[in-house]
Amino acid sequence: MNAIETVVETVVGTRGLGKRYGSTWALRECTLAVPAGHVAALVGPNGAGKSTLLNLAVGLAAPSAGVVTVLDGLPAGSPAALDAIAFVAQDTPVYKNLSAADMLHLTRNLNRRFDKKYARARLAELDIPLKQKAGRLSGGQQAQLALTLALARRPRLLILDEPVAMLDPIARHDFMATVLTAAVDGGVSVLLSSHVLAELERVADYLILLSRGQVQMAGEVDDLLASHRMLTGPAEADRHAEGLCVVHARRAEAQAHLLVRAGAGDPVPPGFQAHPVGLEELAMAYLREPGAAALPGPARSRIPQPEPGEPSEVTR
Amino acid sequence: MTALTVPARPQEDASLRPVPWRRMAWVTWRQHRTALIGVAALLGALALGLWAIGLQLHHAYADAIACRPASSIACSELVFSFNSRDTFLSSGFVLQAIPALIGAFVAAPVLARELETGTSRYAWTQGFGRRRWTLAKLVPLALVLTAAAGAFSVLLSWYYQPYIAATSQNLPLTGWSPLSGGLFDLRGVVFAAWTLVAFAIGGLTGMLIRRVVPAIVATLAVYAGLAFAVGLYLRQHYLAPLVVRNLISPPDSGWVVGQWWTRGGLFAFAGDRDADGMPPMSYLQQTCPHIAAAAPTAKPSPGAIVRCFSQHGYTLLTSYQPSSRFWPFQWIESGWLVALSVLLIAATVWLVRRRAA
Repeated sequence: MNAIETVVETVVGTRGLGKRYGSTWALRECTLAVPAGHVAALVGPNGAGKSTLLNLAVGLAAPSAGVVTVLDGLPAGSPAALDAIAFVAQDTPVYKNLSAADMLHLTRNLNRRFDKKYARARLAELDIPLKQKAGRLSGGQQAQLALTLALARRPRLLILDEPVAMLDPIARHDFMATVLTAAVDGGVSVLLSSHVLAELERVADYLILLSRGQVQMAGEVDDLLASHRMLTGPAEADRHAEGLCVVHARRAEAQAHLLVRAGAGDPVPPGFQAHPVGLEELAMAYLREPGAAALPGPARSRIPQPEPGEPSEVTR
Repeated sequence: MTALTVPARPQEDASLRPVPWRRMAWVTWRQHRTALIGVAALLGALALGLWAIGLQLHHAYADAIACRPASSIACSELVFSFNSRDTFLSSGFVLQAIPALIGAFVAAPVLARELETGTSRYAWTQGFGRRRWTLAKLVPLALVLTAAAGAFSVLLSWYYQPYIAATSQNLPLTGWSPLSGGLFDLRGVVFAAWTLVAFAIGGLTGMLIRRVVPAIVATLAVYAGLAFAVGLYLRQHYLAPLVVRNLISPPDSGWVVGQWWTRGGLFAFAGDRDADGMPPMSYLQQTCPHIAAAAPTAKPSPGAIVRCFSQHGYTLLTSYQPSSRFWPFQWIESGWLVALSVLLIAATVWLVRRRAA
């Protein structure tokens, strides 16, 4: 489900972006270019700056340093940006005392574009009663209501902040299915933050890993998976690890599991077996090693990088 | 699970204009209709009550002043009957809570509730834009509530008419000066202006405090502080007070601001505010001992004190605001209150633009 767009654009671009709350930086020196036509997942531990980055991208917060633009250069929060971006905030806020029908009417009145037919049909499909007060809907239904209202705005970019954190597995699955449909069939670019890694495997095809307010890894999931491998071998053969780009090493009894940055053609050290890695495994490895970083080359990025010299590096 | 196919994205049109303001009117009405209906019910119920009591009050007043001969026992009874209608309402202070309540319970939650429940993250990322959203909420609500308060104060002006008129009657009727602290801000245009400023205070406090209940409490406190400061310290300075010499009650005195005694053109001592500006007992014993000697049994007449003190070279000076300044004072106070409200609302909108999420 890669880009069908004729014009490749950057849905969110940041340069040296920083946000300070009091004396602590929630986000700093964040330079990023999220390409259009993807379901991009923003992953990171709690407090990594995910919500901050998303709030900056929708204009709810103003940067303390640097620049954030959306949809090829629109200032975040500008009228044109608000018009083209739908945001579903953390905990999917809806007016608890308004009915679903009222929420629908409200959103229609607050936006230039609103597909009422779609919204009504979708709510009917989801069995969400229009007369029911939003506060009395289940958590999953509230999330679906917020998502339906966001999609009915026909956005170019859908931004979701921890959309499934509060949902049970079924509601989580259904929610993500709606997001995927919008991305695949509607051509909506999606940027979502989550710490539910397992859920992302199915939907995300672009990954941004945030750690301690900085971008640790960013790139297309296929590229990232192709450039990492899991090496399993005897623990005493560990010395072979010298010269490998080891992201994370896990040793259990006699076995050593090394997640290394290497392509399929790269030689495997003697005594080791190479396996492809999964997205969850990869993300976990990087999350455990906040010092490691893997960033894409500047080719995809339209935002000028401050130091384009060696963008891809692994530190250990 | 089946999912609807999302139709292709519409063509991007750079010339599209922002969402029209009138669409926001429905939003404001839908979200605040409960509060508005509450205000209408409160003012309506109060209006009915005041109208019923007011009719009796007006009748009692008309009977009392029409009675002849005025010195008869029957007439005294009518005067007594009017005076005995002097209830908790008559000084006017109770009704001054209305603007504060409107500001606290209607205005403070407008932003505080959105911020407290997190729905501001929904509202402020819609295509309408958060600056316009804030304006479209605060301004119409402020205008509607100010207009309602204005209409209500017409009734209040009528209700208190007998008390104001009573001061110009030569009868022992309970009366209030139009400039009195309790009545001045219920009558004329200033009641609406105080409602507006209470609303503006509520809006700003809600934005600053971001939680409903604390914002309500803070609004009540700030409004009360402002109202007391204006009534006690500021209002008397709107126009330079008039000054008269050796007159115990100046003609047309709406509000005695200060009373003091001079000797040889220099300040001698302040008059006793609780006793028509008469000298304190120590001065009385020193200067006019014969009057002071009689004081414990018979209250000395102010006229006698003034005569005695003038013989000793003292002059009683009284500064006051005449009742005829009611309307100039009304316009001055309304003027700056409206200006302050505009500033507060502008500050709220600025904060929403700046200090989001």
